[in-house]
Amino acid sequence: MKDDEINDGSVENPGSSRRGFLKQSSALAALAMTPPAALTAVEKGLDEKLAVAFEQIPLKVEINGAMQQLKIEPRVTLLDLLREQLNLTGTKKGCDYGQCGACTVHVDGQRVNACLTLAMTTDGCKVTTIEGLAEGGPEGKLHPMQEAFIKHDGFQCGYCTPGQIMSAVACIREGHAKNPDEIREYMSGNICRCGAYSNIVDAIMDVKQGGAKV
Amino acid sequence: MTKDTKNPPIDRVDGRMKVTGGAKYFAEFEMPNTTYCVIVGSEIAKGAIASLDTKKAAGAPGVLGVFTHQNMPPIPGWDAPVQGNGNGPPPGPPSGGEKYRILHTNKILFYGQPMAMVVADTFERATYAASLVKATYTKQPHQTDLTKNLEKGVTPKGPRFEDYLRGNADAYKSAPVTLEVKYTIPIEVHQPMELHGVLAGWTGDDKVMVYAKTQGVKGTQKSVAEAFKIDPNNVHVHTEFMGGGFGMGLRTWPQEIAVVAIAKKVGRPVKLVITRNQMFSLVGHRPTTVQTINMGADTNGKLVGLSHAATGETATYEDFTEGTVSMTKFMYACPNVSTKYKIVPLDRGVPIWMRGPGEATGAFALESAMDEMATKLKLDPIEFRLRNYTETDPEHNRPYSDKNLKEAYQKGAEAIGWSSRKAEPGSNRDSDWLVGYGMSSGTFNASKGGATARAVLNADGTLLLQCSVTDIGPGTGTAMTMIAHNVLGVPVEKIKVEYGDSALPNSPQQGGSTITSTVGSAVHQVCTSVKKSLIDMATQSGTPLAGIKADDLTVADGFVSADGDSSKKVAIADLLKKANLTTLDKTEESKANGKPDEQKYSMYSFSVHFVQVRVNPSTGVVRVSKAVSVADSGRIISPKTAASQMIGGVAGGIGMALTEEAVIDHRFGRIVNNNLADYHVAVSADVPHTETIVIDKPDPYINPMGAKGMGEIALIGFAAAVANAVFNATGQRIRDLPITPDKLLRTA
Repeated sequence: MKDDEINDGSVENPGSSRRGFLKQSSALAALAMTPPAALTAVEKGLDEKLAVAFEQIPLKVEINGAMQQLKIEPRVTLLDLLREQLNLTGTKKGCDYGQCGACTVHVDGQRVNACLTLAMTTDGCKVTTIEGLAEGGPEGKLHPMQEAFIKHDGFQCGYCTPGQIMSAVACIREGHAKNPDEIREYMSGNICRCGAYSNIVDAIMDVKQGGAKV
Repeated sequence: MTKDTKNPPIDRVDGRMKVTGGAKYFAEFEMPNTTYCVIVGSEIAKGAIASLDTKKAAGAPGVLGVFTHQNMPPIPGWDAPVQGNGNGPPPGPPSGGEKYRILHTNKILFYGQPMAMVVADTFERATYAASLVKATYTKQPHQTDLTKNLEKGVTPKGPRFEDYLRGNADAYKSAPVTLEVKYTIPIEVHQPMELHGVLAGWTGDDKVMVYAKTQGVKGTQKSVAEAFKIDPNNVHVHTEFMGGGFGMGLRTWPQEIAVVAIAKKVGRPVKLVITRNQMFSLVGHRPTTVQTINMGADTNGKLVGLSHAATGETATYEDFTEGTVSMTKFMYACPNVSTKYKIVPLDRGVPIWMRGPGEATGAFALESAMDEMATKLKLDPIEFRLRNYTETDPEHNRPYSDKNLKEAYQKGAEAIGWSSRKAEPGSNRDSDWLVGYGMSSGTFNASKGGATARAVLNADGTLLLQCSVTDIGPGTGTAMTMIAHNVLGVPVEKIKVEYGDSALPNSPQQGGSTITSTVGSAVHQVCTSVKKSLIDMATQSGTPLAGIKADDLTVADGFVSADGDSSKKVAIADLLKKANLTTLDKTEESKANGKPDEQKYSMYSFSVHFVQVRVNPSTGVVRVSKAVSVADSGRIISPKTAASQMIGGVAGGIGMALTEEAVIDHRFGRIVNNNLADYHVAVSADVPHTETIVIDKPDPYINPMGAKGMGEIALIGFAAAVANAVFNATGQRIRDLPITPDKLLRTA
């Protein structure tokens, strides 16, 4: 075979077009209102900073009982907001594609993959992460599911564990923990590569049968 | 307490950290002004970058740098080996190919090879900017298909990989019953739940802090120090928690070194978290391997001859080797055994040991073949193994230090209900499902390396243990706690373990099922030393214990007391006070056992796996409906975490047997199912309730605890047990993993 060249024929990225539009419209808006500072900014090539300011949108969300008033880019996922901006690193990034469940949190009581949730869509919602699961906070008394995971050793490396626990709590609340087979089915969105499944199922059954409020 | 006492199950000492989200993994540490790095990988498997347009990316918002082979900051130690991770330089490439240096030239050696590393002030901006980097290539034809390149196999250098022969290599041919079979395993990929990467920031001209995802902080420290030609003491590496490794963290990957270099250039900490897609190309894999087994037996079920040949893949730029044919040399009594092991350089990223490593690959072939031969001989597979059982290691002509495999066979058979197995394949039906039973054995070398541990006993009765070892999940901290408790009698809740930091005493990397033995020995030794000091202090003249021999004293619960007379005791706190000490602080180095070949005994851990499968003959679906794994790995230090290792091996083994396969589209040389939706690791619904059994007898020779490793044996052999059970259920022998429905329907 002789050497050949491939060129992916790169096209203008739609993202950059959108950004271009935003820059343009923000500059136009600035012109219309004629604030001299904005005009100077555009002239000095600081239009990018202006565009950035326009791209920050307000977000009001209750996370683990505390109201957060934030300004974020619309493309930020709930997962990256928690981990990179709010230092709530208990929620894990396992795949970023919604395939592993490591980032499972509760939004208004429902389990969701935080990596597939744009943070802005949680405006006005209540988000609970692993850090907010125990009523007494991280240093206080553990949630029954956390206790059960320790008792049954439902983990090894611990990386999928917060997602497993958030999912397990929701699994019981949903009424999907009637027996081990049902638990296996409804917990299959949470991958554990260390393979602690057998112990995780035991932990969930224990909590279910113990009757504690989850 | 002595090693003859079984240990009670205790909760994992870091359990609370893990269930509350308090455990911090590398990407979760805060360094002020951290920047984010995203890798742009090549879209061809072999050739060169013709042009690389980074202008748009460099001009995108928040971008601090776009690093390519054209502007990569210098790495002074590039010419020195940087990739050996403490094990010396990596072996040179077998085919005379060139070494791979990240962002060093425009040459492309494998699909996904980093071409650019984009750094920006937020993760989103770095990701967006990375999408703007565009390349054109000069392509060259690539070879990524092992099966089409088998003739290029070379025997790796080193005594471990030489062709092995005992007796006559052709003896199997003239045996009354013969078997000649080929087995293949696909590329498997570790895929721990935590994404790989690194967070690094320079704290001075020649000082750097590295939060790594490594199975050995000391190895990473050495790699970074060598790459940048700085004092290892100026490289601080921290990995207290690692979100799974399974082998992929047993080396420092080139992109880690690149991030450290880039962090220096941009003058801010840089965080790289690679994508799940990139986890299929940048951090190794279990190599696809083709194996042949030739076996001959007499009509009494005695092995006459056994040959095992394996050919696995490596990269063009670096040798990768593993012990694929090791088990065949010593597992069964057989006078005539030969093995061959070869590697084929392909235009792919280099493999890395994956749990069980080559031994798991080899055991699939050997233990499947044992089942096939048992079928030919019309013998129960356990009976066939027992007829070829050996109490001495036939490879080295010496006894095993400890082997209880017969007991393991028996206990496992009882637990699975082996008596329900029907010898005639395909004859056990339960409504729409065919039911089958299978078993296999596994074994892995048990070793003790060198390590250093520090123990600090405080006047308040608490104990601090320190060692740089990383705990990737097996429960190393818990095992260390148990060992210290056994020696010093300090209650487990009063023991604190610190590990996973390069500033702590020396430890090898966590891999090869050796840490409980290696670091455990160091903990045992330093705690024994602390105990001796306490007894010396307690028996000085004028104390209630004066004159009593050390053997007649017990240290427990804050006191040194006389055996048989509990009224005679001295509080440890009083001893320290009297000696004007606030702590008893000791650091000791435990030496490695000698080389395996120089030992009087062969030391191995053993496992036996039993499974029941249900196969749907209409759909070809295989379900593992019961699983029992038995470990014969000496004294079990931490029964609870040990059991978790075993059930983890079952889950991994189910994946290996039934679902895991990274598929390459050889037209492009790339893995097409490079994500967790398409590369199927076992999920909860795939794994039945798993029973684990431990023999729990101390090995008298390996180390003071009598403990051997079990991380590898939990997986080694398991896939064969499933394949054997599928045969028992259906009469179909699948020799090509994974056992997917299409293969069963095709051969039906």
